[in-house]
Amino acid sequence: MSKTVKSLAVASAVAAALTAQTHTASAAGKEKCYGVALAGENGCAAGPGTSCAGTSKVDYQGNAWSLVAKGTCEGIELPALADGTPRTGSLEELSRDIPA
Amino acid sequence: MLDQSSANIPEIPNRAGVGYKAQHLNGILKDPSAIGWIEIHAENYMGDGGRPIAQLKHLRDMYPVSCHGVGLSIGAEGPLDADHLARLKHLVSWLNPALFSEHLAWSTHETHFLNDLLPVPYTQAVVDRVVDHIDQVQDTVGRRMLLENPSTYCAFEESDMSEIDFLSEVATRTGCGLLLDVNNVFISATNQQYSPEAYIDAYPLEHVGEIHLGGHEEDADDHGETLLIDSHSRQVVDPVWELYEYTLKQSGPRPTLIEWDNDIPSWDVLANEARLADDLLANAQLVAAE
Amino acid sequence: MTVTQTDFTAALLNADLATPAGMVDYQGRPAGKRFDVYRNNVVVSLIDAMETAFPAIHKLVGDEFFKAMAGVYVRAHPPTTPMMMFYGEAFPEFLENFEHVQQLPYLPDVARLELARRSSYHATDSIAISPDALGAIAPEDLMNVKLELSPAARMLKSAYPVLSIWNMNMVEGAPQPKAVAQAVLLFRPELDVDMVEIDDATHCFLSNLQNNTLGEAYEATLGIDETFDLGQALGLLLTHQLITHINI
Repeated sequence: MSKTVKSLAVASAVAAALTAQTHTASAAGKEKCYGVALAGENGCAAGPGTSCAGTSKVDYQGNAWSLVAKGTCEGIELPALADGTPRTGSLEELSRDIPA
Repeated sequence: MLDQSSANIPEIPNRAGVGYKAQHLNGILKDPSAIGWIEIHAENYMGDGGRPIAQLKHLRDMYPVSCHGVGLSIGAEGPLDADHLARLKHLVSWLNPALFSEHLAWSTHETHFLNDLLPVPYTQAVVDRVVDHIDQVQDTVGRRMLLENPSTYCAFEESDMSEIDFLSEVATRTGCGLLLDVNNVFISATNQQYSPEAYIDAYPLEHVGEIHLGGHEEDADDHGETLLIDSHSRQVVDPVWELYEYTLKQSGPRPTLIEWDNDIPSWDVLANEARLADDLLANAQLVAAE
Repeated sequence: MTVTQTDFTAALLNADLATPAGMVDYQGRPAGKRFDVYRNNVVVSLIDAMETAFPAIHKLVGDEFFKAMAGVYVRAHPPTTPMMMFYGEAFPEFLENFEHVQQLPYLPDVARLELARRSSYHATDSIAISPDALGAIAPEDLMNVKLELSPAARMLKSAYPVLSIWNMNMVEGAPQPKAVAQAVLLFRPELDVDMVEIDDATHCFLSNLQNNTLGEAYEATLGIDETFDLGQALGLLLTHQLITHINI
C-alpha cells in the first residue's frame, strides 16, 4: 500500500467511524454520576479499604495443605494444549505441605 | 509549633458524625440531617480519580469532613514515609477537612504495611520519637493534628510511664490536639485492669478536639480473663455510653464519631447510633450553657 | 526487655515464632493470646482485603481454599503502601508459581483482570473528545495525529477466555466460557468500569497507538492482519469515549 493509498484509507475509516457515531451521545459536559449507580454495587468495585478496627476472627493456622478448590472452577474447559490434548480445570487433591 | 491561625478551616459542630461508607450514600442523601459531619479514612481517597473522590467532593459540600489517617505509622522506629506524607498533604490541601487526625500506633515496618494499629511502649525515648514525627507531619501538612489513644491488648514490659503522661507530653510539646476514643479507653481499661473513669479523670481533656465511639467484641485470654477486641463491628455497648456521658460532663460537648467498619449495618441502624450520641451531646450542651 | 518492631513484625507474620518476650499482660505474665489479637488483626484483615480485591478468584476456588491460599500470599507479600485499594499486585505471579493451583492455569490472568479493573476504577478522571473533533481534522493530516487514550483504559491479552470466566463468576446469567483465547479492553466511561472483548488486531492497534501516530499504528496492525478494519476500531474508541486528546 502506498502512502497516498494509506492516507486515503485512514481518512475513509475516520469518516466511517464518525458516521456510525451520529446516534451516540457525547460524554463531554455530562454530569458525573457520583452515586452508587449499578445494581448490586455496594462499593466493592473500589477494592479493599484500610482498617482501624481489630477482629475476633482467628487466622487459619494449618500447615498441611489438603484443600481442594471447590468453587466454580470445576467444569471450566480450557483451550487445548499445543498438541491438541483437551484439558479441564478441576483440581486434583494434593496433600503436600506448604513450602516454607 | 504550628501556627495555622490564618488558615480558613471549616467549623465542625458538636454533633454526631459517622465513618463514611459508600453503601450508606443513599441513606445519607435521603436524610442528611441525621448526622452533622462525616469522617473518612485518608488512605481510601488517595487514588487518582473515579467514584470515591467524586463522592467525597459531593459530600464535602454537604458536611464538614474529618480526615482520619490510618497509615502514617507515627509510632514507627523508622522515619515517616515521605511519599505517603506527600499524598496526605495533597489530600488535606484539596479537601480542606475540618479535622485531621492519626493514631498513636505504628503500621509500617521497613517496606511492609501491616494494616493494623500496632502498639508502642510508653518510654521517654518513644515520646521523643513520636514528637519528632508529629512535628514533621504538622509542618508538612500545614495543619494541627489530633492524636488518638489506642486500644491495647497487652503491654510492653519496658514501659515506664502511663499512657496519659505519654499523650500529655506529646500534646504539650507538639501543640497537637487529642482524639479521645472512649471505646478504646474502655477496652484498654478492661484489658489492663484499671478504672476507665479514673483514666478520664486524669486525661488532659482540654486538648480533645474529637471523640470516637464504636463497638467491640468480647473474648478471653489464656487465663480465662476478659479480653475485649476493638472490632467496630456492632453497636456501642451501654458501659461505653455511660463512660461517654461521664466524659462529656467534664469535657463539655465535643464532635463525636460513631465508628462501624466491620459487619457494616444498614443506614438506619448506624443513624440510630448517631441519634443516641446526639441526644447525649444535646444534654451536655444544656449543662454547659447553665 | 526491649521489643523491637523488627521482632514484633516477624512474630506477627509467623505464628510459629514465640510471642516476643517483653510483651506481657497487666500482671507481667507472658502476653500469649493477647499478642495473638495483633496476629489475627494483621493476617485476617489482609485475607479479607484479598477477598474483596479478587472476587472472581474467590468464587473460582471457593471460600475455604481462597482463604488458605490468601493466608500464604499475605505473609509472603504484605502490602507495600497503606493504599489498600491497590493491594495484590504480586498475586498473578504468585498464582503462576503456587503449586496447588497449577491445574487452573487461567487464574493468573483472571487476577490480572481484577487488578486492571481496580486500577481503572481509581484512575484519573478525563473527558473524552467529541467525535466532531476528529472530523474537523484535514484528511491529509489524519495519518500524522497521535490519539491519547483515557487514563482509565487498560488492556489484557490472555491465552484463556479470561473475560468469559470473569463474567461467569460476577455477572448473573452469564454463560459458561468457551475454550478460546481472549483479549480484553477495559474502560471507564463515567465512574463504572466496563469491559469488551477485542480481537488480536485491535489489541495490536491500541498497543501501537500509545507511542505512534495513527498512520504508524494502522500500518503496524496491517502487518499482523491485513483484513484489519480501522473504521471499526476507531468506532470502538469513540463509542466508549476512550479518546481524550488529539495531538497534531
